[in-house]
Amino acid sequence: MTMFRTTVLTALLTSAALASPALAAGTLRIGTQQEPTVLDPTSDATASISGMLAHNVYEALTTVDESGAVQPNLAKSWTISDDGLTYTFSLVEGAQFHDGTGFDAEDVKFSFDRAMAEDSVNPTKKIFEPIESVTVIDPLTVEMKLKRKDAFFLFNIAQGAASIVAPESAADDVTHPVGTGPFAFAGWTRGDRLTLEKFAGYRDADSVSLDKVEFRFISDPAAATAALMAEELDAFPGFPAPELLEQFEMDPRFKVVVGSTEGEVILALNNGKPPFNDLNARRGVSYAIDRNEIIEGAMYGRAVPIGSFYPPHGPAYVDLTGMYPHDTAKAKELFTESGLEGGEVTLRVPPFPYATRSAEIVQAELARAGVTVKVENVEWGFWIDEVYKKQNYDMTIIAHTSPNDLSNFARGPKYFYGYQSDAFDNLWDEIKTEADPAKRHELEKQAQTYLAENAVHAFLFQLPKLGVYRDGVDGFWASSPVLFQPLAGVSIQ
Amino acid sequence: MQVFLLRRTLGFLATILAISVIVFLVMNVLPGDPSVTILGIDSTEDARAALRAQLGLDDPIWLRYLHWIWGAVRGDFGTSYFFRVPVSDLILERLPLTLSLAAFGTLATVTLGILLGVIAAANHGRAGDWLIMLVSQLGIAVPAFWLSMLLVLLFAVKLRWLPPGGFPGWDDPVAALRSLILPTTALALVQSAVLARVTRSSALEVMRLDFVRTARASGMTRGRILGRHILPNALVPIVTIVGMQVAGVVTGTIVIENVFYLPGLGRLVFQSIANRDLFTVQALVVLFAAIVVTTNFLVDIAYVLIDPRLKGRLS
Repeated sequence: MTMFRTTVLTALLTSAALASPALAAGTLRIGTQQEPTVLDPTSDATASISGMLAHNVYEALTTVDESGAVQPNLAKSWTISDDGLTYTFSLVEGAQFHDGTGFDAEDVKFSFDRAMAEDSVNPTKKIFEPIESVTVIDPLTVEMKLKRKDAFFLFNIAQGAASIVAPESAADDVTHPVGTGPFAFAGWTRGDRLTLEKFAGYRDADSVSLDKVEFRFISDPAAATAALMAEELDAFPGFPAPELLEQFEMDPRFKVVVGSTEGEVILALNNGKPPFNDLNARRGVSYAIDRNEIIEGAMYGRAVPIGSFYPPHGPAYVDLTGMYPHDTAKAKELFTESGLEGGEVTLRVPPFPYATRSAEIVQAELARAGVTVKVENVEWGFWIDEVYKKQNYDMTIIAHTSPNDLSNFARGPKYFYGYQSDAFDNLWDEIKTEADPAKRHELEKQAQTYLAENAVHAFLFQLPKLGVYRDGVDGFWASSPVLFQPLAGVSIQ
Repeated sequence: MQVFLLRRTLGFLATILAISVIVFLVMNVLPGDPSVTILGIDSTEDARAALRAQLGLDDPIWLRYLHWIWGAVRGDFGTSYFFRVPVSDLILERLPLTLSLAAFGTLATVTLGILLGVIAAANHGRAGDWLIMLVSQLGIAVPAFWLSMLLVLLFAVKLRWLPPGGFPGWDDPVAALRSLILPTTALALVQSAVLARVTRSSALEVMRLDFVRTARASGMTRGRILGRHILPNALVPIVTIVGMQVAGVVTGTIVIENVFYLPGLGRLVFQSIANRDLFTVQALVVLFAAIVVTTNFLVDIAYVLIDPRLKGRLS
């Protein structure tokens, strides 16, 4: 009987293995947690739109490499005038859109004018805010005049929101994206998958190794794990659950890559009203928290602590995690001084696992320092309304995922931080207009120190990028300095 | 009969109208702003204002409702804020999957539930009865998403017989059916547990009646008594429960589609509510309500077919 059962099982297993579709050569199946709402990064900020399409389907004048450095893309080179206000871009020859129309300077002007227009719904309009005018010199040369110097200009115009689109196809990009990139749009089933195919007319088609890319939308971490384990996926570059990584590390079929993102996770304090308009109360929070305990508990040890608002992999990073060592007694003292000792504050937590898990630990740590924290887990819509728009909160936990976002602290008292400092505003003005990288990094270091000294928020950790890949998949970035991930350099065996 | 139909239709329309007003009000009371959700927290205020104007979010609520209802009467259910396509397209592309899942789920629930219930009743007080009642008790207690995860672990990850989720589309019917086996099982196992218990107790009640004893005395076989006399007379409570379970299966797809990442309506409901996608939520709630109301109607018809004494109910 047992023999018979085993035979039947083996037979079934073999036939099942034979029945499962064989892997087409050069097809990469990527799992992603967030699904796109539309397919146009110039009209929607949903991170997965840029994540899938920017620099794969769409291209921009410049691009950014894994280290965060600006590289040429549709602009093969550029010159900047001495006053830093005029940029002249020379465009590549032979680029064409996926619908067969050619690419030239008119497309660049069209894309920028569209994003800068009064009724533009571009999600990152501040990229275009410094631009005075865009002029076509000849089909392969574009000149841009700026109103003021902008140190981040070349970096910013590499982003998905500054993608170059064509006047012939731009209106349909929301459902049928057309760009100049190495992959052309091939199909989209909402809620299920998005398919790209290698674009044969790409100007550097030989360097592209994949024939087909399939993004599968799987939001549930347990389902994502099952899909990887069942070999239905080849890669999950933004794996959502640090607690589930170990089983992949122990399985020789997979490799796990832990990198960094641009996302600083902060315990944001409302500087605009009591109790956290008081420096002592804010410093008390910084002393009360234990970053290692939070990272251990909330991220299973897979994150790097931060002491200010700048990613540890950035060129201007300065380690300030030692400024407020974990010291409950000192925290208590500062809370007593500020009158917060024995008081109660509200921590409104958005529905992201990193936030909800960190919140419980923060609550326990502040309780030890004599402050009761009322944790309210709120829905994203509620968070946007109450915390972000109405500044109706004491504390919250949130990741800021944009690059170069020190600027947040110069957004004035109406931004949800409720923070305003003339000294910092001046510092940021200097940073954003300083063309010399070395000098700018020096200023950025000063800014980080300034924010830490003033304990504007309690800075927790850098959001990690957790990648799970099948053995044989190569070329994915370990860290993400930007939202996009170019797939031209990715290969599968 | 005509009076009955007319009354039912009017009741249906009134229900749908009331539901649409409630959904509109609730979605407006809920905090949130689609323009921030779409453009992100780092967007500028003037871009958000431009988008709000484009989406018509600045109009007063009553005006937006009138716009919507006027469109709906003419078959236009509005445009989704998030996907920026007509809501009807969004629903039509997902409806076949959810309907198939619900149909398979109901079919499997009814078959399995009635079969187990009858077996349990026929073996009343013996081991088979105990076993079925124990398992069905477990089935009622187990949450569908947990059961789904166990099924995936066993049949997709360990044994590799079936895909862990996803839907390849109906172009490949074999692959499509394969991908629906686990979700259907997860849906049906939980729901059929309830049905099995109801079938069993209903059948047991009928078994005690005089005509069953008479049938037995006349020498009929057990199977014939069960099939010809007991089951037809036990059907009314079973049909009532099946009617309620259709609603359970339809709403159950919300959880199941999320666990098996199937691109159906259940997942769309979930996303649209989180995103405050007003018109999509509105259309979906109305659609689900219509399914439930229609099912109730069919159940009423079924009562009369089963038990002609109930004909009075229809007039």
